[in-house]
Amino acid sequence: MAKRRVRLFFPPNLITEPIVYTMGKEFEVVTNIRGGEIAGDSGWLYIELSGEDDEIDRAITWAIDRGVRVDPVEGDIIAG
Amino acid sequence: MYDLAPLHVCELCFGPLEVAYDYDAIRASISREEIEAGPPTVWRYRKLLPVGNQPLVDIQTGWTPLLKAENLGRVLGLRNLYIKNDTVNPTFSFKDRPVTVAATMARGFGFDTIACASTGNLAAAVAAHGAKAQMKCVVFIPSDLESSKITNIGVYAPTLVAIRGNYDDVNRLCAEIADRYGWAFVNINLRPYYAEGSKTLAFEVAEQLGWRAPDTVIVPTASGALFTKIARGFEELATVGLISGGTPRMGLAQAAGCSPIVTAHEANTMLIKPVKPSTIAKSLAIGNPADGYYVLKAIKETEGLAGSVSDEEIVEGMKLLAQTEGVFGETAGGVSIGVLKKMAEAGALDPDETVVAYVTGNGLKTPEAVAGALAPPITINASMPDFESALGLLREEAPALS
Repeated sequence: MAKRRVRLFFPPNLITEPIVYTMGKEFEVVTNIRGGEIAGDSGWLYIELSGEDDEIDRAITWAIDRGVRVDPVEGDIIAG
Repeated sequence: MYDLAPLHVCELCFGPLEVAYDYDAIRASISREEIEAGPPTVWRYRKLLPVGNQPLVDIQTGWTPLLKAENLGRVLGLRNLYIKNDTVNPTFSFKDRPVTVAATMARGFGFDTIACASTGNLAAAVAAHGAKAQMKCVVFIPSDLESSKITNIGVYAPTLVAIRGNYDDVNRLCAEIADRYGWAFVNINLRPYYAEGSKTLAFEVAEQLGWRAPDTVIVPTASGALFTKIARGFEELATVGLISGGTPRMGLAQAAGCSPIVTAHEANTMLIKPVKPSTIAKSLAIGNPADGYYVLKAIKETEGLAGSVSDEEIVEGMKLLAQTEGVFGETAGGVSIGVLKKMAEAGALDPDETVVAYVTGNGLKTPEAVAGALAPPITINASMPDFESALGLLREEAPALS
């Protein structure tokens, strides 16, 4: 069982969508929310995903395809 | 509170971890005289860095010049303007500061491999410190990185891994690699220690000004770690009694093509919306800044400033700095000077206040940014008449040469 910590950023058109719930229903991953904020028309969540590596990859790809930005919790790692 | 270990996020909330110090103990043992008698490097401030007594990985980083910028100050109407010239570090950028601390901690924790993902400055700093420490070194770069930059990294002989794919894919892969392998990724699992090295940019400025903080600083900003650590550095000096007063007004400088923190500041929100960077200031091209929230907090707490500049203004800033003060800074330096100029012209800076603008990397790293914006050389045959004819033209066009 793998675990991955990611930060989801929700743009205005997705702020009311049950993305995390649907992710947990559609894929064999456990979604564990650890922090977050909604301000105005956008928001973000820190979330831990547990499951098989491939399934986590599929869940992340699914979220990205829906317009959610998915980053490592560390933010941008590639430095100048 | 965690013991000193290669951890970087809180296991409960996933927020970033910071190093905590026993300031009472430091205050009781630190003095200006002791620091002044120390080495001409960042290590003169060892008591305010998290390394304890372990052997240092030291390539003589820091104690860079603080230049009184009389000429630039005259242009901008600022009588007490200084440039912190960090272009002259061993690998020619400020990144040597955090990396010397991270490499020291990496060796102390028993890692045998040091690593990073970078497009330039950080990669060179990590590779150089890896060589000095005789550690294995793995550097991840985008597959389309310019050959000159690859040379600047490759000369230290790290294992260079060029990754194909878009920026976000590469970013996620590096995070996974860091999770899976027991390597010291300086800006991931060693980030709390790594970031501490940037405090020395505040320590040096305060000492070079005669143990006082400036009124305002202008900091070129990408992830926000440099910005927040400079603020913390001044705050720490006051906490341990080395300066009176506190943190200066913190001035944020970003490239307009990657300015998510400036945008949030202007919208009066603490929520930073990630952006896709599009700027010539590649060393500042971080669209999802990890410390952006803390940058906004520092600006609020110090009644600070924020501004951004276009690519054209970045080039003008680089030229202005070079042509007034003889300092060739990279594009991030152009951001710093461009925003400084905007703030001065907008009347946001008092003509008599002490202002320090940070120039954090050497212009030889990004010469292509200004190459097309400079006057070409005057080419002549190897003859005196040709020379004098050309000189005559020069006299006509540039009377100052007469």
